[in-house]
Amino acid sequence: METKTQSLNQAILDFIDLCKTKPHADSYLIAVLHKVQQTYGYLSEEHMYEVAQRLQVPTSVVSGVATFYHFFRLQPRGKYAISVCLGTACFVKGADKILDAFRTELGIELGETSSDGLFSLEVSRCLGVCALAPVVTINDTVYSNVTVKQVPQLIDQVRHAEG
Amino acid sequence: MEKVHIVINDTPLEVDSQSTIMAAAEQLGIKIPRLCYHPQLSIEGACRICIVEVDGSKNYLPSCATQVREGMVVATNSPEIRQARRDLLELILDNHPRECQTCERDANCELQNLAYSLGVRERLFEGRRKQHPIESSSASVIRNAEKCILCRRCVRVCAEVQAVHNLSQLFRGFDTVVAPAFSAPMAESVCINCGQCINVCPVAAFLEKNSTEAVWQALADPRKHVVVQIAPSIRAAIGEGFDLEPGADMTGPTITALRRLGFDSVFDTNFGADLTVVEEATELVKRLQSGDRLPLLTSCSSGWIKFLEHFYPDLMPLASSCKSPMSMLSTLLKTYYSRIMGIPAQDIFVVGVMPCTAKKYEAERPELFTEAGLPSTDAVLTTRELVWMIKAYGIDIVHLPSGTFDTPLGFSSGAADIFGATGGVLEAALRTAAEKLTGEPLTELNFTSVRSVEGLREASIEIGGQTLQVAVANGLGNARVILDKVRSREKSYHLVEIMACPGGCIGGGGQPYPTGGRYVLDREVNRLRAAALYRIDEAKTIRKSHENPYIQKLYAEFLGEPGAELAHTLLHTHYIQREPRGI
Repeated sequence: METKTQSLNQAILDFIDLCKTKPHADSYLIAVLHKVQQTYGYLSEEHMYEVAQRLQVPTSVVSGVATFYHFFRLQPRGKYAISVCLGTACFVKGADKILDAFRTELGIELGETSSDGLFSLEVSRCLGVCALAPVVTINDTVYSNVTVKQVPQLIDQVRHAEG
Repeated sequence: MEKVHIVINDTPLEVDSQSTIMAAAEQLGIKIPRLCYHPQLSIEGACRICIVEVDGSKNYLPSCATQVREGMVVATNSPEIRQARRDLLELILDNHPRECQTCERDANCELQNLAYSLGVRERLFEGRRKQHPIESSSASVIRNAEKCILCRRCVRVCAEVQAVHNLSQLFRGFDTVVAPAFSAPMAESVCINCGQCINVCPVAAFLEKNSTEAVWQALADPRKHVVVQIAPSIRAAIGEGFDLEPGADMTGPTITALRRLGFDSVFDTNFGADLTVVEEATELVKRLQSGDRLPLLTSCSSGWIKFLEHFYPDLMPLASSCKSPMSMLSTLLKTYYSRIMGIPAQDIFVVGVMPCTAKKYEAERPELFTEAGLPSTDAVLTTRELVWMIKAYGIDIVHLPSGTFDTPLGFSSGAADIFGATGGVLEAALRTAAEKLTGEPLTELNFTSVRSVEGLREASIEIGGQTLQVAVANGLGNARVILDKVRSREKSYHLVEIMACPGGCIGGGGQPYPTGGRYVLDREVNRLRAAALYRIDEAKTIRKSHENPYIQKLYAEFLGEPGAELAHTLLHTHYIQREPRGI
């Protein structure tokens, strides 16, 4: 991999420099990765490599941390981020089966993005509208009382809108 | 140190309060069964095989990670513990391939040995198997994650001993896999090919890339003139592959075994070592006299050189441009030897037997190929691979008569033998450089202040009224201590010897797996191997490289002066900054 110089934005570079003034700078790795994901939506290899170089934490350690935590995304989000609520109310009303349906229908696993870049699949924990359970959001649109049967329709709807 | 009183298996004993239960039990001659533990690595507590029962504790405790305390009552072998320990092992076996008979580590596998000694005699369950392709991109190190039991010894040795940090556990749960960052192929990682992951692996999750088939084929090919060279440290370690005690000098029988295998000529990497000394000492003297930047960093260890290229590229100009002894000799075999024998270079197949896996990578470096684009070294075998070939052939090496190396590239001074031990290259170079600097014969040949199997040594050496600051480091974690001082100019050295592997080449990543219940990286094993090399050196009449008559003849008839044009073209190389950058 080529060394990319300064692919991270200035705010993140400043944050890394601040971390380096503190004792145990390497313990800020997760905080830095949070900021990178917040800014770019996911952790690219180039960004992780640069974090490793600047924070002087071995790249293998950065990679280990990033792949360990579900929170960190290793691929860019799809244009349509599908999020299945797995909170208690949704779960007891079969949200796990809905998640499985999305998995099968899209051919991707949790945290992955479809090869056309259109869909990504993630889960959320309780959106506070338990009366509407089970709930799925696609970007900012909330779908309530979702059934397994509806899953292909929701996907087709988006595909149709995209032409 | 404060003492505490504990009871292990009804036997009271007094132990250091800092001791672990595992260490305390060893005082009673009890070696609690264990798997992920390694005495020279940090405590992991991953495998739980070493669990014991402690009175008052709800759970069984891992004895490697549990400190003793006053009044502790421990049972290491109750029926319950025996059952639990066996259950834990069976859970590991459930996810492990049942391929023992076809596995490279068969009969040499810690997991297999443990299954035997804990009494696993039938397999009741079939667990999920990990499915990972064998990763064979590297010229040196093969990674087979299907066999990995996640003991993390490789991760620890790579980080704690070598300070390379190439390996890490990626992903989580059942998907956890040990790999370089971003699951990159080993060939595209900061791996320096030292092979210590292979050494410490209890199973066959890491292995050297096997070159034995290529060598068998060459030996069977009537058109090929197949020559072999053996590194200094082979002779001091190969016996262990045949159940001899560490430190047996096996030079003579090994030569005969190589002839039985069918090699047309048997040469000694020692000759290359003598040549390296002459060239490197010339380089040192030149730098000392011209005021060029110092220190001179030795360049024999291929693992160290790749480390330099990834981690300290700014210091590359300090490294000696000398090729390694293996590559010097291989180059001569395809030029000088080819000419004097009248055999075209493309018909000569050069095999290097090395204690080292990194030498397999070195052999593939394009900058070390001949002018005609041929590899100088066609195949590199580790000590382990040669042991296997000798066994496969059925040669009884232990009872073979002694052979002698072929000339002219098989004669060496004692200075070359000690190359295999940490500090040896530096000592050999000093023997020659001292005479070059003073113009007088050296009376005391043993520079004992640079001898040891410790990881790090610094010394001041008086030569002709000049004080040389020298340092010796083995294991790259130790090398970093010196290199950081060089980088920051905190300390000025004249000459620094760096060997990638702990103990030097004798502790290389291709040496026989330890026998007799010893651990790999055992300092006592390395000390015995080194002692064998120092004995060989002491017994020789010629102990200075530049006094080797065949070296003198080579310069007179072929190379010209040390450091001169042809010598420079054939015996020197350059280094290349590599990505990814090491941290």
